[in-house]
Amino acid sequence: MSRRHLLSISDLDRPEIERLLARAASFAEVFGREVRKVPALRGRLVLNLFYEASTRTRSSFELAAKTLSADVQNFAAAGSSVEKGESLKDTVATLSAYRPDAIVIRSPYAGAAALVASWTAASVINAGDGKHEHPTQALLDLYTLSRRLGSLDGRRVWIVGDVLHSRVARSNILAFHTMGAHVTLCGPPTLVPRELAALGCEIRYDLDDLREADVVYALRMQNERMSEPFVPSLREYVARYQITPRRLGPRQLLMHPGPVNRGVELSGDVIDSPQSLIDEQVQAGVLVRMAVLYELLAVAPPEPAPVLELTPPAPEPQPA
Amino acid sequence: MTVLVAAGGPSAQLLIRGAHALDPRAGVDGPADVLVRDGMIAELGGPGTLPAPEGAEVIDGAEHHLFPGFVDPHVHLRTPGQEHKEDMETGTRAAAAGGFCAVVAMPNTDPVVDSPELVGALREAAAREARVPVGFLGAITRGLDGLALTEMAELREAGALGFTDDGRPVSSAEVLRLAMQYQRLCGGVLALHEEDLSLSGGGALHEGRVAAELGIRGIPSLSESTMVARDLALAAHEQARVHIQHLSCEESVRAVAAARESGTRVSAEACPHHLLLTDEDVRSLDTSLKMNPPVRTEADRQALIDGLRTGVIDCVATDHAPHAREEKEVPFEQAAMGTTGLETAFAALHDGLVVPGVLSLSVLVERLTAGAEVMGLPVPRIAPGEPANLCLADLNASWRAGEAGWESRSQNCCFAGRRLQGRMLLTVADGRVAYRERSWALAPA
Repeated sequence: MSRRHLLSISDLDRPEIERLLARAASFAEVFGREVRKVPALRGRLVLNLFYEASTRTRSSFELAAKTLSADVQNFAAAGSSVEKGESLKDTVATLSAYRPDAIVIRSPYAGAAALVASWTAASVINAGDGKHEHPTQALLDLYTLSRRLGSLDGRRVWIVGDVLHSRVARSNILAFHTMGAHVTLCGPPTLVPRELAALGCEIRYDLDDLREADVVYALRMQNERMSEPFVPSLREYVARYQITPRRLGPRQLLMHPGPVNRGVELSGDVIDSPQSLIDEQVQAGVLVRMAVLYELLAVAPPEPAPVLELTPPAPEPQPA
Repeated sequence: MTVLVAAGGPSAQLLIRGAHALDPRAGVDGPADVLVRDGMIAELGGPGTLPAPEGAEVIDGAEHHLFPGFVDPHVHLRTPGQEHKEDMETGTRAAAAGGFCAVVAMPNTDPVVDSPELVGALREAAAREARVPVGFLGAITRGLDGLALTEMAELREAGALGFTDDGRPVSSAEVLRLAMQYQRLCGGVLALHEEDLSLSGGGALHEGRVAAELGIRGIPSLSESTMVARDLALAAHEQARVHIQHLSCEESVRAVAAARESGTRVSAEACPHHLLLTDEDVRSLDTSLKMNPPVRTEADRQALIDGLRTGVIDCVATDHAPHAREEKEVPFEQAAMGTTGLETAFAALHDGLVVPGVLSLSVLVERLTAGAEVMGLPVPRIAPGEPANLCLADLNASWRAGEAGWESRSQNCCFAGRRLQGRMLLTVADGRVAYRERSWALAPA
């Protein structure tokens, strides 16, 4: 991978994605070892800059970096200078003074990772920017599916739930299309923007034809959305859109980006069913993030950050 | 009372020789000599026919165009309260640099211009600092709260040209209706920012494919067009004089056309950014392209151009909205809304509409001056006996917007970095030279 940043899944073409997935597969072996560490990124510094709560993304980036022997420093918005009103730009300037090799950023705002990339010499990895993109989630989902299905060409994926507010949906639509799958978006009309049909997705408002799907990808029904009347009630949502054992066939695969609202978008028993890939997705998260860090930092080392200027610049000649 | 105020200065004594003078209203269209004596247009003559009087500066206008000065009915000068973004002097310098000989300032300052005392103070400030004459609109409601009317009659007596809550809609139909009724007493146009906040709230760009793909909450055209429809119905009923600000979508243009057809006293403005950009341009999430209303689709853009051509849209307004750097150097959803526009309006529209043959130069010049009429002001004319309100432009010169910095205190221009064909060389506002392009060498007498 010749690029310095991973900002959008659309940055990657199919060969690049396949190469990343192959790299992730090669790291799977490391996890079986007694000493789960390879020295690939020894002495490299990875900064996790998280402006939103995150369990699995942050911890899996941390685990991925540490397994590759990089040093990791975590910054969360809570308890930091951000709470004192520091701007993103100033925070990035401050953190860049530590000369990190990579900054992993999660922000509630679309385009934040791209902005950070324009402000720092480090490689930037988008760990979620607003409702825009979450490219490493898409990669780990592709990895998980490739283990089960091999090629995605011609497969049918249904993404079910709150598409409107989902960065996972946006990255995954692009990723599934790049890998040759057909994508159907399904959910209440208030949560599935019709404009996304322009991306080549089919749009459905009921689960009647869910059986055609090879993969059912359920999205988290975000509780915080319920303060706005996107759906009349959680009860009605559950009745119409919850993935249950009755709705899910034995040959269909079930995925979810987590964290699951048990009993809302998924019934408790499908989560633990053999069709569920949810635990595999979490495992794949570490491997794929190792692959991304490795490809960005070890294969194509970024230009070194400028060394802090310690000698003062020569004074300007004064006019006579 | 004169309605527009500017700082004094020496009256211009100029002979502009051989420029192509173009003033569609005055029926002027051809090479001419224009003599300005004591700040008034004294004489028009064939090119090279007028002798230079003693003490007059002679300007070689050959190869250049001379227009009546432009009038912008919609600018934010940010004073009082936000002088770190703009003030009377920098804002009017920016106006002069764009060929504008008069601007109308919006009242959404801090504090809001909702009292006669504030209008008086602003007029005094303009008399000290303004490079071009400035007029002021007062607020429709106190503190722009949308609830209680300002002392509209007293505001008018203090010099307010009219009223607006620009930046916010008058959400209550009842409150706007009362303002329309009260207008019968005090006069003054009601300039309306049309937005249903329940539809637009939290949005950051046009609701459409781009917003859906970026995962950013959109501002639907409906949030504007439904309010335009509501307010035109109110205006028709109350026989009020209303001006619809910054039209952005096709449906609004249609609504204005229909209302005018049926006799409603409505005028409308469109901004250069809505006439030249679409939401596809915002894909990069460049925050200088974030404004309210947002730039919309190509169909909307074409409808606005059609409206401007046919006169359904009376005039161009820049909605010049300066913002501090730190308000724009943030993720798109957090960025302040607005773009500066005074210094680029003519060049951008000439480059984007006249050069490709979409709009004639004379229609563009007419629409850039018609803001005066909308605000009840005398329209600048190139005719003997008129005060000198002129701008001289080189239509062949191409420049990169912002290449030599800005006269405005702020840099948030949506056209920054674009190469534009058409450059302003000289502006005369109310008889005084308000701007000269720095690199433009004046021809020796």
